[in-house]
Amino acid sequence: MNVLNTLQDNILSHFTAQGFVINHHAHPFVTLQAETPREQMALQSDRHELTLIVNKKALIDVATQLRDTPQFCFDQLIDVCGVDYLTYGVAEWVTDKATGSGFERAVDQDGIRMESFSGSRFAVVYHLLSVKLNQRLRLKVFLDESDMCIPSIMPVWPSADWFEREAFDLFGFLFEGHPDLRRILTDYGFIGHPFRKDFPTSGHVEMRYDKASERVIYQPVTIPERVLVPKVIREDSRYLEAENKHG
Amino acid sequence: MAELHNYTLNFGPQHPAAHGVLRLILETEGEVIRHADPHIGLLHRATEKLAETKPYNQSIGYMDRLDYVSMMCNEHGYVLALEKLLGVTPPIRAQYIRVMFDEITRLLNHLLWLGAHALDIGAMAVFLYAFREREDLLDCYEAVSGARMHATYYRPGGVYRDLPNTMPQYAPSAWRSEKDTKEMNESRQGSLLDFIQAFCDRFPQRVDEYETLLTDNRIWKQRTVDVGIVTAERALQLGFTGPMLRGSGVAWDLRKKQPYETYSALNFDIPIGKNGDCYDRYLVRVEEMRQSNRIILQCIEWLRKNPGPVMVNDAKVAPPSRTVMKESMEALIHHFKLFTEGYTIPAGEAYAAVEHPKGEFGVYLVSDGANKPYRLKIRAPGFSHLAALNEMSRGHMIADVVSILSSQDIVFGEIDR
Repeated sequence: MNVLNTLQDNILSHFTAQGFVINHHAHPFVTLQAETPREQMALQSDRHELTLIVNKKALIDVATQLRDTPQFCFDQLIDVCGVDYLTYGVAEWVTDKATGSGFERAVDQDGIRMESFSGSRFAVVYHLLSVKLNQRLRLKVFLDESDMCIPSIMPVWPSADWFEREAFDLFGFLFEGHPDLRRILTDYGFIGHPFRKDFPTSGHVEMRYDKASERVIYQPVTIPERVLVPKVIREDSRYLEAENKHG
Repeated sequence: MAELHNYTLNFGPQHPAAHGVLRLILETEGEVIRHADPHIGLLHRATEKLAETKPYNQSIGYMDRLDYVSMMCNEHGYVLALEKLLGVTPPIRAQYIRVMFDEITRLLNHLLWLGAHALDIGAMAVFLYAFREREDLLDCYEAVSGARMHATYYRPGGVYRDLPNTMPQYAPSAWRSEKDTKEMNESRQGSLLDFIQAFCDRFPQRVDEYETLLTDNRIWKQRTVDVGIVTAERALQLGFTGPMLRGSGVAWDLRKKQPYETYSALNFDIPIGKNGDCYDRYLVRVEEMRQSNRIILQCIEWLRKNPGPVMVNDAKVAPPSRTVMKESMEALIHHFKLFTEGYTIPAGEAYAAVEHPKGEFGVYLVSDGANKPYRLKIRAPGFSHLAALNEMSRGHMIADVVSILSSQDIVFGEIDR
């Protein structure tokens, strides 16, 4: 607990002194539009975890300072991953009509996507660890769909190499300055970025052996996409008590 | 003078030393590696994407299948992240059971690693001995969960059920005589805890046996000493965790530094290496097996003395018992909701990490308040280890690549996810 508060104060004082404007939140979800000024930052503390949201123009600068400043000393980059906020907070079960179209609503997703998330669509999330000071920090950069470029963090933490390749593969972020930005998890010749929310779970193509041409061919998927359990969001307060106890 | 050629060599994906489905493109100069380019993803199942389409509890079983030699530790990471988001703390007995099974899992993992590592380098016998021990440990899995490998035993709020008081017995059959059966059932007369206790009592001598075979073995040392050296500083930069980091001399273990469950109440030591070569990583893992044994014994002692619940008493996350369901309408509704829709988790995000046998296994969970994860990211320790293979094997011989690769303890289930 104390470590967390100290780190929070250190971040606030260190970056404010350099002209950064830091908004402090305790909400579960904070977004920072991609086109906000470079000096804009947001700090969020939730469930004993700190998230620092920065503008991508300031990313390398902030990351270097987080690594080199003695009171942060984040010597290890644990993880890099992408998040697609396209359908954030959109339930598959919501309708204004009494019956709607029954269970089909969950299966037919086209109607839902209209009223989707309004902020920047993507985020790149970095998890930092300081082995020396035993503290963790989450770094987050929001990106718009129109501009998927983001500077590679490899000069600061070399471990970002494969993590960035993976994020590129699955979400399509373009890490500028990455020496070898190839696909890593998907198949050779794969098209699309499968972890985006508008990429169907069943994919677009399937592979089979074609007897006529005596080779393996790709064809459009023949199975319909199914939703077994629809996504529901319950606006109840059953966890409020537990949450207050927790943090 | 003979002309030197650069060769590009394809290694795998169907190669016994590739530890699964690794395809390595090796650029060699004579027999010296100049560049190694691992091609991964041949086992990619999009576990994270699949988890986004299912209620939280239905994905626990997927976690077993990530690193399929340390099943329960994967579950642990996922369940911890769920509990962090839910704000639920499991009963203390459940925590001890989890710690005990985490350490049993560590033994399972290290035994398989030791056997496979030795096999890759050319020591055949160790593999057979290691599997003898694994058999008993897998029986523990089976006794407690019904499954020998993919247990799905950890649940948010505790564990699926308490430890059984009896062990399953072997029955005589066409290929197993009455006498053999009796011998095999000898250690199975008491409870599961008795069985594990008996295992722990004989296990340290077994580790001694492996060490006689390997530790001072001249060939073993020639193949591992000074091979694949990583300095402490570089190990941190490359994102190493677990035995890989400790082998390079960094005393970092989440069980000590960021203790979860009941690790802070248990006594154990953290072995570290000096040189950061394959041999040190071997020594670290062997010592970790001895320490895990210590932890298991402490857990057994505690668990014998302290009976109690193993699941939180919160019908919103834990299913009610069958007997209560027969009489209580409320319980029946809870059960129905829990198994059809699941529970919803308040919006927010959490990262939970456990000291997995291979390193830091982290689960980053984003929830938008629904009954399914909005985004699940699994931080697999082996991913960053394998990423460093190129750097570690450069300048070594082709045969050393196999040593280095197996000293990283690679399992593709978790790397490809």
